[in-house]
Amino acid sequence: MATKIELFLRALGKPLVKFIMRLGELTIFIARSIYNCLTPPFYFKLMGRQFMDIGFYSLPVVGLTTIFAGMVIALQSYTGFARFGAESGVASVVLISVTRELAPALSGLMVAGRIGAAMAAEIGTMRVTEQIDALVTLSTNPFKYLVAPRIIAGIIVLPILVLIGDVIGIFGGYVVCVYKLGFNPANYINSTLQNLESLDIVTGVVKAAVFGFIITLMGCYNGYRSRGGAQGVGEATTNAVVSASILILVFNYIITELFFAK
Amino acid sequence: MNDTKIKITNLHKAFGKKIVLDGVNLELQKGESLVVIGGSGTGKSVLIKCIQGLLTPDEGSIKIDGQETIGADKKQQEQLHGKMGMLFQGGALFDSLSVWENVAFGLLENQKMPRKQAKDEAIKVLRQVGLGADVADLYPSELSGGMQKRVSLARAVATKPEIIFFDEPTTGLDPIMADVINDLIIDSAKRLGATALTITHDMASARKIADRIAMLYKGKIIWQGTVKELETTDNAYVKQFINGSSQGPIQVEI
Ligand SMILES: Nc1ncnc2c1ncn2[C@@H]1O[C@H](COP(=O)(O)OP(=O)(O)OP(=O)(O)O)[C@@H](O)[C@H]1O
Ligand SMILES: [Mg+2]
Repeated sequence: MATKIELFLRALGKPLVKFIMRLGELTIFIARSIYNCLTPPFYFKLMGRQFMDIGFYSLPVVGLTTIFAGMVIALQSYTGFARFGAESGVASVVLISVTRELAPALSGLMVAGRIGAAMAAEIGTMRVTEQIDALVTLSTNPFKYLVAPRIIAGIIVLPILVLIGDVIGIFGGYVVCVYKLGFNPANYINSTLQNLESLDIVTGVVKAAVFGFIITLMGCYNGYRSRGGAQGVGEATTNAVVSASILILVFNYIITELFFAK
Repeated sequence: MNDTKIKITNLHKAFGKKIVLDGVNLELQKGESLVVIGGSGTGKSVLIKCIQGLLTPDEGSIKIDGQETIGADKKQQEQLHGKMGMLFQGGALFDSLSVWENVAFGLLENQKMPRKQAKDEAIKVLRQVGLGADVADLYPSELSGGMQKRVSLARAVATKPEIIFFDEPTTGLDPIMADVINDLIIDSAKRLGATALTITHDMASARKIADRIAMLYKGKIIWQGTVKELETTDNAYVKQFINGSSQGPIQVEI
């Protein structure tokens, strides 16, 4: 009997110990990353490259997802509102759902797929081909050279992307309402501006900054700890995208709740 | 007079249950060229990585210029790395940077040399390893394996280090290119007056580069001596290794 319990506890213990070790490893990684983001030297040139990669080249993806999101929300909410004869509510529904929810969450998920994977693959390849060791032997701190520029760029760029996404998403709603549902353009714009509240924008921007941190952190962390050749790098990219996406959805809820309480 | 550059005492390193280094003792004199030989997977690369602080040993001491490196703080570590150069077994060139930026990396990032001057310096070092100025603007992926090794060598010596590590510099090269690399190693080490630690299975290369040879087996240095002593030794392990015979005390686990 005792041996069976012992076996059970052992089976339970191993993954648990592994999980706690991973958590500790991640905590140390985060602490080191933040410390190195805040202390000089800063590699502005590398940061600039990341601004382009994360921000500029993500514009088409973010633009496409947010415009269709805005369009579909306009259509769906019209279907709902038409029953109560309150078409004018559509503008404010589009505004709130795009700025608070759709632009940050969709941009976050799209960028996670695009950038999280690319980062994990690049840093992972550098790890398994000993380029990270080479950095260290050339007296360069890999956290400063590789991790910090990416995380800083992520935190700054994602909010900008989301602000652009807000505008495009609202424009999507406008297009559907005016050209398909026959709304008066001036009325639509008016009710959008009237309902515009800074808290909606702020919620979205705060979310975006957090998502930017999550995406770049998961990309760097999974790449940095990858082991064992091409297979290890492949695993790292998958883990980076999956963990970033899940964390984005979790923190999306947490931040919404924080702002909702106010 | 104390001319010991590197002193390794009782070094232990294990990965989980797998014991790789099991009490290594080794000393390098200033300006000396030591070659470490040993079978595949005996922990030669691990030994070098421990000296450089890329891996943390479980036990033992490594002193460079009399200064303990294990447990050294960040500042001391960076200072130590400033003294060292390394040719990695796989090259480990930065594939996002051009050839000259690779070679000049230490000059640009640490010595804060202006780019123009660093490029000139890089081209000079490239020429020393037999590469023309035309490769300077290529990317590592556009080079052949032998050229990558030479660029890697150029990067290792560009900062004029006091200690240079060469991890299997000739593996995977044709015999002529291997000999070219040997000459380059001797040449660069001599020009810089550097202390060199080379790892290799290539006995021709070892005989050519080494002042002294040490053999690593089962986590310990089981033999060391000059090249002359190598030829006349009656150590059965060494004899088997240099003759490349599958018969003898060294049993390869298949
Ligand atoms: N980071 C690591 N994690 C786990 N095991 C490792 C690690 N690095 C090396 N090892 C193990 O240590 C042993 C020695 O590896 P090492 O790379 O030093 O061999 P080597 O003597 O350089 O071999 P080769 O001549 O083939 O390069 C190997 O069995 C390897 O599996
Ligand atoms: Mg090796």
